[in-house]
Amino acid sequence: MSEPSPNTPAPAEDSEPRPGRVRKPIGWSTIIIAVLVAVSAGLVWRRDGTDGVLDILTHDLSLFSGILPRVLAGCLLGAFISEILPHEKVSRSLGPKSGLMGLLIGTAFGAILPGGPFTAYPVASALLAVGADFGATIAMVVSWTLIGYGRAVAWEIPIMGTDFTLWRIVISLPLPVLAGALGRFVYVRMYPKPAIKDDET
Amino acid sequence: MSAALLIDILLWGSVLGVGLIAFRRGPPVFKASLREGAMDFINIVPRIALGVIGSGYIAAIIPQEVITGWLGPDSGWLGVATAVVAGAATPGGPVVGFSIGTVALKSGGGVPQVVAYVVAWALFAFQRVILWEIPFMPARFVWFRCAVSVPFPFVAAAVAMVIGKP
Repeated sequence: MSEPSPNTPAPAEDSEPRPGRVRKPIGWSTIIIAVLVAVSAGLVWRRDGTDGVLDILTHDLSLFSGILPRVLAGCLLGAFISEILPHEKVSRSLGPKSGLMGLLIGTAFGAILPGGPFTAYPVASALLAVGADFGATIAMVVSWTLIGYGRAVAWEIPIMGTDFTLWRIVISLPLPVLAGALGRFVYVRMYPKPAIKDDET
Repeated sequence: MSAALLIDILLWGSVLGVGLIAFRRGPPVFKASLREGAMDFINIVPRIALGVIGSGYIAAIIPQEVITGWLGPDSGWLGVATAVVAGAATPGGPVVGFSIGTVALKSGGGVPQVVAYVVAWALFAFQRVILWEIPFMPARFVWFRCAVSVPFPFVAAAVAMVIGKP
């Protein structure tokens, strides 16, 4: 779920039960983040001393323990979905050849998906694993973040007001499809044959 | 009922729903997905830990006033560009992001710039990317998604300039 498998957007070739996806625990992204974190923690230590560092650590640890059950739910959701979705149907309606329809389906799916990031990303990852291409998945993720109702109702309307929010959403409506189309356009040019390159940057 | 409780009910309800469908396909399918989900969880926990704990430190060295300052007087495309950077660099969750947007609107920030800020925050806010997107998604997908999303806060600002205020 975490590492680009070389055949990410390729049709599923799995038997049942699905072989476990390849996971590499530490990639470049993790290393970059770890370095950023170390530098930031060092700066905090210089500014606020050991107490400052410990304050943030305890606060974040309690945040972490609160998040964990949701992460577990997200992982289970992703695993069940990738098991029960019919792969050939997904790659037909969300795969590289799904056209504008695939982008629209991805957009609609992202817009109605309930929950927060702990549902959106595991589900997106599951779609990717069962045959959706980068384009449709980008449309879904961008749609979830820009026109999904969850954050708008819970946060944006109360803080920024209904007028601004609705107006901002109207402006954002075409963006998921455009982002998905751009993604697809770039992807086929960067990776002419699927599976040529599988390093992570 | 609190929003957090509602979210949890919705979330675990969905898990239960798809779990039931998997179970009706037969216990082997159900067991396999349960094992897969548990393995994913075990693999993701260290990254989430790094993300949560780490983004706390990164956020601590980015003062909110700096972000608010970036959204200030500059109108035009330079202002839009700063707003996009500010959106990506905003620490914290939705409350912080939207509050900064509101403050900018009230203190005379341009509407297209604030739209660019909110859209850029939704697309790139570093804490969400580090904490959620990178742990759950293939890293290559995340970088790719971010790269092709770069034009869109500008597109949103351009549309806002053309159609005017809400």
